[in-house]
Amino acid sequence: MAEGHAITHEGAAAHEAHAHEALAHHFDNLEQQREAGTIGMWVFLVQEIMFFGGLFLAYTIYRWQFPVAFATASNHLDVRLGATNTIVLIVSSLTMALAVYYAQTGSRRNQLIFLLTTMVLGTTFLVIKGIEYYDKYRDHLIPGSLIPGRPFHWENALPVGVTERNLEMFFWIYFAMTGLHALHMIIGLGIMVYLVYYARKGRFTPEYHAPVEISGLYWHFVDIVWIFLFPLLYLLGRHLEHGGH
Amino acid sequence: MSEHIVSKKVYFVIFGALIAGTLLTYYVALQDLDFIFHGANTVVALTIAVTKATLVVLYFMHVRYSTRLTWVIVAAGIFWLMIMFALTFSDYFSRGWVSYPR
Repeated sequence: MAEGHAITHEGAAAHEAHAHEALAHHFDNLEQQREAGTIGMWVFLVQEIMFFGGLFLAYTIYRWQFPVAFATASNHLDVRLGATNTIVLIVSSLTMALAVYYAQTGSRRNQLIFLLTTMVLGTTFLVIKGIEYYDKYRDHLIPGSLIPGRPFHWENALPVGVTERNLEMFFWIYFAMTGLHALHMIIGLGIMVYLVYYARKGRFTPEYHAPVEISGLYWHFVDIVWIFLFPLLYLLGRHLEHGGH
Repeated sequence: MSEHIVSKKVYFVIFGALIAGTLLTYYVALQDLDFIFHGANTVVALTIAVTKATLVVLYFMHVRYSTRLTWVIVAAGIFWLMIMFALTFSDYFSRGWVSYPR
């Protein structure tokens, strides 16, 4: 019994010897704490993969059912804005990776610069997305009766065998997927407000920067979702449009 | 295992590859590849997207330098996604293959 006590006491002493103000009492050291955080974030991201996966599944099944309607509706999206947003997000992933790099190497100033740059780029993405949504509103392409008194209406000619309902299905999926993606971006920006606040206080050091690291994982995941959304939503029927002449 | 710091050079190289992939995706989407087989455009677009996503996961998300346990978790996520797709498609795409008396 006495021995048991001694061991516990020694363990506590060892814990204290390496103690860092950010080290939670249930971890042996910062390394273990950091790895546990990374793994926890990945478990969350796996859940996100399944979450978005369900929407990609719905997309695939309906596109398989209504291929012409999906190509027609997709060609109505503004591919220039979509491509611009793809570039904006990839640049923001680079700046986020650099923010993590400067947290790891202990440069508070550069860490702040790149976190803020990432926020500016994230906001740019949302503004461009907003412009696209407004265009859809203007063209009566908000599906169902989500906008009261402004139901979905396809003003152009309908291709043979395609109904307005089939086109509307594309826009349901478009808004569900890009809307959920945009929501993730907004949450990501909120997380970055928190990071900037604590980075300014000098909380993140080469020894402890797990919050920056795992927020980076989240941000890159949101980028990956867009990497798939861009070709699947914006580009699926472009070759038909250009092959016609 | 202590933390591996990925160099800035690696980040810039991956960034260049991602931008190149995006431009390639756009360029290829304008070409009609249906002469190869029907739906070739989608296969090419998804191949590029999977390549880009893999680069982001391995380098920006540091999985290449992470522990085995992280690898297992990432692989499990992709594996379960494939189960979801395979089982659902096997249902939808096989409907109407067989006729049965009513």
